[in-house]
Amino acid sequence: MATAAAHRPPGAQAHGAEDTAVIEAYTRRFDAAVAADERIEPRDWMPDAYRATLVRQIAQHAHSEIIGMQPEANWITRAPSLRRKAILMAKVQDEAGHGLYLYSAAETLGVGRDELLDKLHSGRQKYSSIFNYPTLTWADVGAIGWLVDGAAITNQVPLCRCSYGPYARAMVRVCKEESFHQRQGYELLLALSNGTPEQHAMAQDAVDRWWWPSLMMFGPPDDESQHSAQSMEWKIKRHSNDDLRQRFVDICVPQAESLGLTLPDPDLRWNEERGEHDFGTIDWTEFWEVLKGNGPCNEQRITQRRKAHEEGAWVREAAAAHAAKHTGEQTGETGATRA
Amino acid sequence: MTPPETTTPTGTAAPAGPGAPVFPTAAALALGDDALVLSHRLGEWAGHAPVLEEEVALANIALDLLGQARVLLSMAGDEDELAYLREERAFRNLQLVEQPNGDFAHTIARQLYFSTYQLLLHAELAAGDGPFAPLAAKAVKEIAYHRDHAEQWTVRLGDGTDVSHERMQRACTALWRFTGEMFQPVEGLGLDEKTLTAMESAWLDSVTGVLGRAGLTVPDGPRGGAWAAGAGRQGVHTEPFGRMLAEMQHLHRSHPGASW
Ligand SMILES: [Fe+2]
Ligand SMILES: [Fe+2]
Repeated sequence: MATAAAHRPPGAQAHGAEDTAVIEAYTRRFDAAVAADERIEPRDWMPDAYRATLVRQIAQHAHSEIIGMQPEANWITRAPSLRRKAILMAKVQDEAGHGLYLYSAAETLGVGRDELLDKLHSGRQKYSSIFNYPTLTWADVGAIGWLVDGAAITNQVPLCRCSYGPYARAMVRVCKEESFHQRQGYELLLALSNGTPEQHAMAQDAVDRWWWPSLMMFGPPDDESQHSAQSMEWKIKRHSNDDLRQRFVDICVPQAESLGLTLPDPDLRWNEERGEHDFGTIDWTEFWEVLKGNGPCNEQRITQRRKAHEEGAWVREAAAAHAAKHTGEQTGETGATRA
Repeated sequence: MTPPETTTPTGTAAPAGPGAPVFPTAAALALGDDALVLSHRLGEWAGHAPVLEEEVALANIALDLLGQARVLLSMAGDEDELAYLREERAFRNLQLVEQPNGDFAHTIARQLYFSTYQLLLHAELAAGDGPFAPLAAKAVKEIAYHRDHAEQWTVRLGDGTDVSHERMQRACTALWRFTGEMFQPVEGLGLDEKTLTAMESAWLDSVTGVLGRAGLTVPDGPRGGAWAAGAGRQGVHTEPFGRMLAEMQHLHRSHPGASW
């Protein structure tokens, strides 16, 4: 946001009626900037609720990136060809990179990575429920790329125009890489679908298991979504859950056809009148159960995350201690890893 | 029983005729297996690293090594057949690179020892005009980063806290006995005794320097043992290696002839 008057005066706090008037003026500026599609930047004044909403969303997104590494990392050591192994390693590495960008974006709102990780580890913040499903066969790596990264792109492309600058810019980078992941997943499934009968069956089974959870990634139906309306108003969110879900279904149907795989929904058909596909009813009971912690892998994912963090504590402490001993003499050190 | 029809198996190179240049397959396998196996071990860290930046860094190193392995194995044959269908005794990697990750200090010590060796070796190969020169010239840049990463962490951990110092020292000592094997001659690499001896003393100087900067003691145990005469380059490996291969090869072997 370019308007200088909307910048938050350093250290300013609202006190009394006079300041209430000032806050109201700031709020008007903020609302006008959002309405005019200007970007809000870290130094701009913003309502506390806007900041809190962004922190919650960016943190959940960052956590999803790093928890999302687990189901796919599960197959790195078993990848069936060296080419696929390289692609998968690079993909899992990209997800770690996405986590880094997003934790940095959250930092611009005044919340550090350590604090957010604490909240993840103690269950006070969530990650995308999709990663609470297991990767049972190699084909699951393809299904995740095609469907889960595909759904993520559908969700995230509109976020490239999000009103908060650092988040929007992180999304531009992330979306480019996610679209690679989606194509690689598709290509992996295509190779299986055109492969031996066993490989084809493996691909179909993976799509059968991942299709419905992918549709749940767009969140509850619009009439049950807690935060949607306000987020739309603030232009953090640009489209409703149901609109994005419909868009995703319409993209996937022809792709499934060219893959030679069937989407596991007997009610899925083209609706000439609406110009989009009708599809079956999502099992929202499953969605809420997984969200509550009763999915197949909730416990496993968070336990592995906590364990990695706890077992790495001595490494981070060592790096901090070393840096503290040598502050001032480190200017020549390159590529130093921040703990 | 009728004898099987004689057919030329597809994908197999025609046997070299008399006078054809002999390609140093054994050397390509030795270097390729080093890179393949260490890349695999580093890949095991995915999702388990102590800090997010190290998820990225360890994956970077693993990917560089996998890239090197694919070039080298392809010089010796079909990369996937070589990686997935050889038995344990046919692998020619150093025992050092197959050692389990252990804690982060063990992974870093293994990386310091190996990348210091690999950098010296590739600098030597890049300077020559043998078949490995082009690959080595490219790999030198990657390996220099790997070594820098290992050196920085060795110093951080050695110097950091009492706990990290002790862990780093323990790791350096535990892996020391696998470092003598690196300077045994490899058939077809074109490195004579004198060059190997010079490389070995350069390696000792370099590693001694890093350990010194980290406040760590240079281990005084033997750098090879009763097994030094056998060891990885001759296809004799340590117990954890078989289990690593079982995991790595299982899916590929379960679908004979399938393409992925
Ligand atoms: Fe991602
Ligand atoms: Fe992705």
